[in-house]
Amino acid sequence: MARLTRPRRALSTNPLKSSAPLGAAMAYLGVEKTVPLFHGAQGCTAFAMVHLVRHFKEAIPLQTTAMTEVSTILGGAEQIEEAIANLKKKANPRLIGIASTALTETRGEDIPGELNDIMSRRGDLGDLKVVYASTPDFEGAMEDGWAKAVTAIIDTLVPEIDPLHRDADLRQVNILPANYLTPAEVEEIVRMVRAFGLKPIVLPDLSSSLDGHLAEDWSGHSLGGTKIDDIPAMAKSAVTFAIGESMAGSAHLLADRAHMPMQVFPSLTGLQAVDNFVSALMNVAGVDDAPPAIKRDRARLQDAMLDAHFQIGGLQYAIAADPDLVYALSSALAGIGAEAVCAVTTSAANPILDLIPCEEIILGDLGDLEDGARANGATILISHAHARHAAQALDLPLIRAGFPINDRLGAQDICRTGYRGTRAFLFEVANAVLSRPHVARPEDFGAAPIDPEFDHDRPQTTPH
Amino acid sequence: MSDALKQTVADAFNEPACATNRAKSASERKKGCAKPLTPGAAAGGCAFDGAKITLQPIVDVAHLVHAPLACEGNAWDNRGSASSGPMIYKTGFTTDMTELDIVMGQGEKKLYRAIKEIVEKHQPPAVFVYSTCVTSMIGDDINAVCKAATEAFGTPAIPVDVPGYAGSKNLGCKLGGEMMFRHVIGTVEPSYTTDYDINIMGDYNLSGELWQVKPLLDKLGIRILGSLAADARYKQVAMMHRAKINMLVCSHALQGLARKMEEKYGIPYFEGSFYGISDTSDSLRKICSMLIERGADPELMDRCEALIAEEEAKVWADLEPYRPKVQGRRVLLYTGGHKSWSVVSALQELGIEVVGTSVRKATDNDKAKVIEVMGNANHMYENMAPRDMYKTLKESGADILMSGARSQFVGLKARTPWIDVNQEKHEPYAGYMGMVDLVRAIDRSVNNPMWEDVRRPAPWEEERPFAGYRPRVKDRCPVSGFANDPTDFEDD
Ligand code: SF4
Repeated sequence: MARLTRPRRALSTNPLKSSAPLGAAMAYLGVEKTVPLFHGAQGCTAFAMVHLVRHFKEAIPLQTTAMTEVSTILGGAEQIEEAIANLKKKANPRLIGIASTALTETRGEDIPGELNDIMSRRGDLGDLKVVYASTPDFEGAMEDGWAKAVTAIIDTLVPEIDPLHRDADLRQVNILPANYLTPAEVEEIVRMVRAFGLKPIVLPDLSSSLDGHLAEDWSGHSLGGTKIDDIPAMAKSAVTFAIGESMAGSAHLLADRAHMPMQVFPSLTGLQAVDNFVSALMNVAGVDDAPPAIKRDRARLQDAMLDAHFQIGGLQYAIAADPDLVYALSSALAGIGAEAVCAVTTSAANPILDLIPCEEIILGDLGDLEDGARANGATILISHAHARHAAQALDLPLIRAGFPINDRLGAQDICRTGYRGTRAFLFEVANAVLSRPHVARPEDFGAAPIDPEFDHDRPQTTPH
Repeated sequence: MSDALKQTVADAFNEPACATNRAKSASERKKGCAKPLTPGAAAGGCAFDGAKITLQPIVDVAHLVHAPLACEGNAWDNRGSASSGPMIYKTGFTTDMTELDIVMGQGEKKLYRAIKEIVEKHQPPAVFVYSTCVTSMIGDDINAVCKAATEAFGTPAIPVDVPGYAGSKNLGCKLGGEMMFRHVIGTVEPSYTTDYDINIMGDYNLSGELWQVKPLLDKLGIRILGSLAADARYKQVAMMHRAKINMLVCSHALQGLARKMEEKYGIPYFEGSFYGISDTSDSLRKICSMLIERGADPELMDRCEALIAEEEAKVWADLEPYRPKVQGRRVLLYTGGHKSWSVVSALQELGIEVVGTSVRKATDNDKAKVIEVMGNANHMYENMAPRDMYKTLKESGADILMSGARSQFVGLKARTPWIDVNQEKHEPYAGYMGMVDLVRAIDRSVNNPMWEDVRRPAPWEEERPFAGYRPRVKDRCPVSGFANDPTDFEDD
């Protein structure tokens, strides 16, 4: 349906994209007692860390192999070994998640080989696990880096199961959430799964690590997240659900390893999308009814759709985000009759692009968003916080979605998934429309202004 | 109720220009046309509300409500009448009477001071003072206060003596017009007049509807001298007595005022509407022919016909792209008065079927019109209880409900698209261009993909194939309470 265009130009105006290694780091942060480690120069790590800190308003334990000019030329294996040893000493993590960067990828090293070597050589590292994801900055966006990290975790930690001896726990469900899902959204998904009497294992689970809770002590690694011991146990689950098309690859790997069924839900925003998920949960739970809370949430969403369609029907908006997020929000809005007049995205790797309900998808930046919104008469923008400049220039409301949201508090609490989250999202959009009431003027219809003789000649304050 | 007010109310009901009224006996006429209210089943606004609706669109006036907070506090800033200039009419001014004020009999003093504060701070051309149930009951004489304030501050303070308990909203509209007749109209002379000066009465410029029509008048060189009260300035109301004709826009409430202006100032009036294509054309023709009778150049009629031909051709061309999208859709109209028929014919021409229309507040004339366009009287509804409306919507297979906001949720809960055609609406539907907006709104609403979505059965309402396997469960889920008791699955 959608046609992907790549503007041919040298200049990117106001970048939309956050890098793949940053996405990988965020994924690692969703696993307990983990330290993400950038294999690269110190600077990009610092930038990425600040980026994460400003979004989550949390201390982020992000480390670097601190490659220098010399070590880049000579090869980074030593740097990695040193970094691992130091981290083990300093923070005692159970997992170190390595993400490569443009620098190290450009040189091209056999890191997995080196890592194997290091880990078998260094008995002093104990049961510390190390995973490695290749995430060059120049390829793909945040959601791709995230997915690669998850795939790497599965690859390293989930054992290959012999199908004949598969001892499945048919109440256990694997959930692989895409990068765009906030802690609150993961929590909502978990709540829905639990409501059907099922036990979810979420990988990675930001809802218990970056949900903005005040920890009891200080540590140099992640504060919560998927339990390390739960990761191998994922092989016993009844089924694997990927939320977001970008997670399809990870889900396939997991399903293959453990010989289980899998299903990808491209989005959990919008009535139909959530219905599909609920339907799947009912199948797993083996029930043909849903718990009252779920039924009520659905009825409330239906009512919200009726209420909000007056504002959202016919709404023309512009959106810019990673592919999965663009799809989730735009497909839900299309369901209420809104029209994306401009869609900008970051990565061509995701096949969901074909299904985005917009004629043209631009692989571009926030400059494209601004131009597209202006040219096509959008009245609302949806993107991350940096789009506020475009919003200001166009004098339009901005609905903040994606990463980073560094100029508002509570980014981790935004929930637009599930029946409840969809409802909140529809109200959010409708309210943005309502926040800018159009006041009619005679000129709108081509009427002449009123005769000056009728005007009151004394000053009159106009209080509005 | 004071005697003066009683008399005013009685006069208002004794409207010789009203056909319904003339048909009644003398004693019946005295009772007025307000139906007695049924406790527990009463709906609709009070007289104060009606007066405010009629007069608030006078945009440069300060509207001061003499009342405890509720009357204004709950009602201000909720109507969509638009202004091309001053915004003071949107400010909610009230004396906010407290219990103490009432007990101590401080009402009149407080009102006087409130007027003073407004005049000093905002210097409006006039302050309108509305009495309400409480202040009228405790006997505050707003007429006297207004008189004193006018003399003291040099800014007219106009009493609008319309406490809510005097009657219905409709009565309030009438009385609002009456107050203008008594205190405002004829108090300012225009610096010049033309043979093309008209008054428009009974239009509130909701969402700017007047401006959808004004370009047509502009093109014909017709000037809106006076307005009651769409986008009106105080002076425009005060100069109304110098217009050549009055056009009464779809409002029965101001008929009495129109008649009085005819008697006192010799200004003839006609009732017309700017809703729908043929009505707009008819109204323009009527305005022109009446102006010509009153001295305008007869060539005005030729220009008028040329304009109508051009505009009608244009609006039909503009509507054409929507025809395939709305054709065959079925509409239930539920609105008061003239709207019951004025848009019907245009909708029908686009292939929209009108399955019924309400004739509440409609005159015999309106009803005859409905029968004329609909073919018979089978589809006319008087008052329809929400339950009946819900049923009608479901049974008639209507695709759209067009009504005021109060029926909105009847439509929505029946999962039927709803289009607001009353006061609170946010889109203007007047004149030729308004018809395009209305049809666009119908298209946008009825073709919204959401309808299919909300009507779809829930996952638990669908036939489900057996899932194939059941979870091996040892206990009850703490959240859902689903048992999955192992004894249910002996083979497990
Ligand atoms: S009925 Fe009386 S008290 Fe109530 S709003 Fe109307 S004026 Fe105010």
